Amino acid sequence: MVGKPISEHVNGGTNTSKTTSPKPFSSDLLSNLSFKTLKLKTKQQELLIRVSILCLVYVLAFITRLFSVLRYESMIHEFDPYFNYRTTLYLTEKGFYEFWNWFDSESWYPLGRIIGGTLYPGLMVTAALIYWALRFLRFAVHIREVCVLTAPFFASNTTIVAYLFGKEIWDTGAGLVAAALIAICPGYISRSVAGSYDNEGVAIFALLLTFYLFVKAVNTGSLAWSLASAFGYFYMVSAWGGYVFIINLVPLYVLVLLITGRYSMRLYVAYNCMYIVGMLLAMQIRFVGFQHVQSGEHMAAMGVFFLMQVFYFLDWVKHLLSDTKMFQAFLRITVTCAVGVGAVALGLGTASGYISPWTGRFYSLLDPTYAKDHIPIIASVSEHQPTAWSSFMFDFHILLFLFPAGLYFCFKRLSDATIFIVMYGLTSMYFAGVMVRLILVATPAVCLISAIAVSATIKNLTQLVRAKDKVPQTGSTKGASSAKGSSKGSIDQSQPFQKNGAIALLFGAFYLLSKYATHCTWVTSEAYSSPSIVLAARGAHGNRVIFDDYREAYFWLRQNTPPDAKVMSWWDYGYQITAMGNRTVIVDNNTWNNTHIATVGRAMSSYEDEAYDIMRSLDVDYVLVVFGGVTGYSSDDINKFLWMVRIGGGVFPVIKEPDYLVNGEYRVDKGAAPKMLNCLMYKLSYYRFGELTTEYGKPPGYDRARGVEIGNKDVKLEYLEEAFTTSNWIVRIYKVKPPNNRW
Amino acid sequence: MEALPSLARLLLALTIFSSLSLLACSSSLQDLQIANAERRIDVTSHIIKVFLTLKVENTGTSPVSEVLLAFPPTQVDHIASLKAAVTIGKKKKKSYVPLEVNPTELPDAPNGTKYFKILLLNPLSAGETATLEVLYILTHSLEPFPAEISQSESQLVYYRDSAIILSPYYIKQQTTFIRTPSTKVESFTRVEPTTRAGTELKYGPYKDRPAYSYSPVLVHFENNSPFAVVEELVREVEISHWGSLQITEHYTLAHAGARHKGVFSRVDYQGRSSGVSSFKHLLARLPPRVHSVFYRDQIGNISSSHLRTDYRRTDLEIEPRYPLFGGWKATFLIGYGLPLQDFLFESPDGRRYLNFTFGCPLADTVVDKLTLKVVLPEGSKDPSAVVPFTVQQHLETKYSYLDVVGRTVVVLEKKNVVPEHNSPFQVYYSFNPVFMLAEPLMLISVFFFLFMASVAYLHVDFSISK
Repeated sequence: MVGKPISEHVNGGTNTSKTTSPKPFSSDLLSNLSFKTLKLKTKQQELLIRVSILCLVYVLAFITRLFSVLRYESMIHEFDPYFNYRTTLYLTEKGFYEFWNWFDSESWYPLGRIIGGTLYPGLMVTAALIYWALRFLRFAVHIREVCVLTAPFFASNTTIVAYLFGKEIWDTGAGLVAAALIAICPGYISRSVAGSYDNEGVAIFALLLTFYLFVKAVNTGSLAWSLASAFGYFYMVSAWGGYVFIINLVPLYVLVLLITGRYSMRLYVAYNCMYIVGMLLAMQIRFVGFQHVQSGEHMAAMGVFFLMQVFYFLDWVKHLLSDTKMFQAFLRITVTCAVGVGAVALGLGTASGYISPWTGRFYSLLDPTYAKDHIPIIASVSEHQPTAWSSFMFDFHILLFLFPAGLYFCFKRLSDATIFIVMYGLTSMYFAGVMVRLILVATPAVCLISAIAVSATIKNLTQLVRAKDKVPQTGSTKGASSAKGSSKGSIDQSQPFQKNGAIALLFGAFYLLSKYATHCTWVTSEAYSSPSIVLAARGAHGNRVIFDDYREAYFWLRQNTPPDAKVMSWWDYGYQITAMGNRTVIVDNNTWNNTHIATVGRAMSSYEDEAYDIMRSLDVDYVLVVFGGVTGYSSDDINKFLWMVRIGGGVFPVIKEPDYLVNGEYRVDKGAAPKMLNCLMYKLSYYRFGELTTEYGKPPGYDRARGVEIGNKDVKLEYLEEAFTTSNWIVRIYKVKPPNNRW
Repeated sequence: MEALPSLARLLLALTIFSSLSLLACSSSLQDLQIANAERRIDVTSHIIKVFLTLKVENTGTSPVSEVLLAFPPTQVDHIASLKAAVTIGKKKKKSYVPLEVNPTELPDAPNGTKYFKILLLNPLSAGETATLEVLYILTHSLEPFPAEISQSESQLVYYRDSAIILSPYYIKQQTTFIRTPSTKVESFTRVEPTTRAGTELKYGPYKDRPAYSYSPVLVHFENNSPFAVVEELVREVEISHWGSLQITEHYTLAHAGARHKGVFSRVDYQGRSSGVSSFKHLLARLPPRVHSVFYRDQIGNISSSHLRTDYRRTDLEIEPRYPLFGGWKATFLIGYGLPLQDFLFESPDGRRYLNFTFGCPLADTVVDKLTLKVVLPEGSKDPSAVVPFTVQQHLETKYSYLDVVGRTVVVLEKKNVVPEHNSPFQVYYSFNPVFMLAEPLMLISVFFFLFMASVAYLHVDFSISK
């Protein structure tokens, strides 16, 4: 304790001589010598608290996503991440050019897939760069570890961006709250736990970064910031198809600013630079290509770009013309001409086929019922379903109530930045309502707007609490909070219960926030940290039972089938079979060719002999089905079967959905439709299942997933033979027999 | 199909007989003769153990210092290990002294017969006798027949050998016993006198057989023991002077028995006793005090394993992801850490040496190719390995965490390894303990410069304009 003040003194002395501190040297010396040596200046205190909060939030965002690693292991989750992992592996092994020119013959047999031209490479390149950097620094990590931890790492980075964004649109406090909220928000965690190595993991970071940089560019009118936002946009385009949201939201925002008369030179610089450079950069991604000038989804941005030029031109003309009447006339003519030319160009472009019309996916975003009627393959994915209220509550918790409050604060202090966040919040909320998975896109906006509500409320309340001793501390309070409009608490100082009320409200706010933290941690650990490859259940004695059947089957395929074997399965398992089983698949999660998927759906829903012809024509060697009847695993192929029928029937009218239903009811027991009881999927799922007693006190052949005794216990296979069934029967693999000799 | 090789063997035997007259001239061989030979062949598992007891008698005039063992060329490739010992003392005080055995060549070996030379401790002078105990281990010598079986069938195998011991010496009396795993023997060649009792087949006793006598026999019997063959095993032992030894073992395991044919039915496998020739459990015997054990493969952790520890040894019971039927394969890797003080010692000349077990920790397995890599700490010099049998050696360099110059790796390679090879070996190297501090110092300096940089950044004004 003795040595410390002296060293402080020495440091302080040298520091003050270097920097231009406002205090004179002697007073600094005096204050250092006093007993309050360790006390920092308010500004330093504030910086220290801010930096340490940010560091804690950064660490928290990372570690809260590690539940899955602790509960299970460091592994890749779900379906799509396996493709990303496989391509990343290829990239790190073979280098970038090989990756870029990769024609993958292992999927979509016999068509193949041009990987380099049909994927967003941002995620893989990011992971590979991190991997190479770590390798360069002599950290002998495995690429799998890098892939597993990429999403948590980017989630941590997102908190920093959220802080900066919050600071830009409101103040430092709101930024800090936003960082803390987004760090643990379940809506974001659902897509960024360790192991969920998906595009969204880095894309949300890129999305928020682009928006932040764009808002910064609009606020400052600086070319540097808007260039930065163009690069952010480029990263976003390279990472995720959701970039379409940016390229439509930004023009919409600009349009709103134009309409509300907030046009400025700053906006002009920001948007034009961002659009032009961003577009040129985005064209470098092969999967996106010339869509920015050719696709209907990107036309809004171009239209707004031209509109900006018209605005600028009119502004210039207005500047030259002093006569208002003449200008009015000129305005009318110009606007009419501009709109006319634009409409004609769009019409011509669309008619000549140069501009492609909106895709089905885009339509289905605007109209929730579109996919159900037109594109069954989109509707069949559970994460494309419209969102239920409960999942909003599950993913946002108190943010759902704070969101409107935040909107209120935003409207009260309207600026270019708050208009942006309001628009982002409202549009993304709409999309979140249309599709479950788009809750992810809404999460940053909801967190930011809620953070504004929290921060503004707490600031007001604390000012009320501190109102009494406000007089001597005015300077410091001002210094701490750079906000201006929040010092209205002093007006009603006379009311006696105000202080107590404020304290009570503060406690209430802390209670809510702590509940939020508890809820988020619970949701993360219980709902979002399961890899879905490994299933865990509680045994009779409370012990954990692990069903590792998927990997058992995939590893069996990898080790014990010929290397060129073709495996037919429903498309959900395609990526996993190629990545873990290392075998060629007919269809996979890329779903780019609906006819091919429909062919597989048709084979699955046909009788065995018809299916055999289809399988022969596709060179299929093995058929893989997922069956949960023994374990009670409900997301198996029998439960997905109606989608196979629908998708197959969409292309091949031979397959009719009513054939598989009895009075509009889907069943597998004795009352099931005869076609259902004899189709390939039924046979493969229930082959020899009738001999097995699954549950005590139930007849043999009792399907635990559907809770019925199956209807066809005597399944005979003629053209296929059982090749492998996993220990809990979850995955069953059949070998397609070679054709019989002719004689 | 099966008739051809046996016919060839018969021809071979005939030619051996016919060429016997030519061999009479080799002189030094005539000094010795074998008074009594007893051979016990254990074919209960896929690792065949042959115990051969030879009572050697010097009938010549000059002392003899070496005894030759002869093997047909088809068998010699399958010999994984060959050990010989001489018995000293009578009954109660009997003790075995191991002898040196070397492969050797003879200029006029009939039909490519291969020889091993046993060097006696003391030359056997004229008229003396000595009793030699020979143990050799054969791998891949049981041929499944039928070569493909279905799930419900049990596995039958052929074992081929000669009823009469192939020897360059005259044998007065000899007997051969073959022990089969069960009483289920489909067929066996009779070379009278041949008797069968329970699980044992007895060939002999045969009297007064001249040198290079050969009489092929074929035993066809049931053998459902796990034919676990590790086609390739790479063991990596990484020494860290911070107190731990990290071992990682990469296995390519295969079922080398009769190939599985047709369907694999889970109902049958779960219910009735089918799939008798398949195996599911493997036992790895690890040294005591292991920690952080893992068992995984290319696609992640394998959750079916049990670890039992006590103060003498550790048993790791592992299950591959699926039961292995004939011809099925599984690759996996096992890793564990060990306390350094149990394995690393300092030799009197100041060098360090690692004393570790060679071979494969899995019980009852054959390793076709074993590569053992000892990763020495960064900065160690002059590595040398001392192994009790011949292995191929070379050096490599490996880069691990924070390595700058890389670690020296001593690579030892051996083919056809059986559990008998699980004997200790040593790797000597010299190491300066200062190198231990290199990596912590690197990390400390990185953080130091990081903090210095941030301190500097906070105290220096970078703005161009005021």
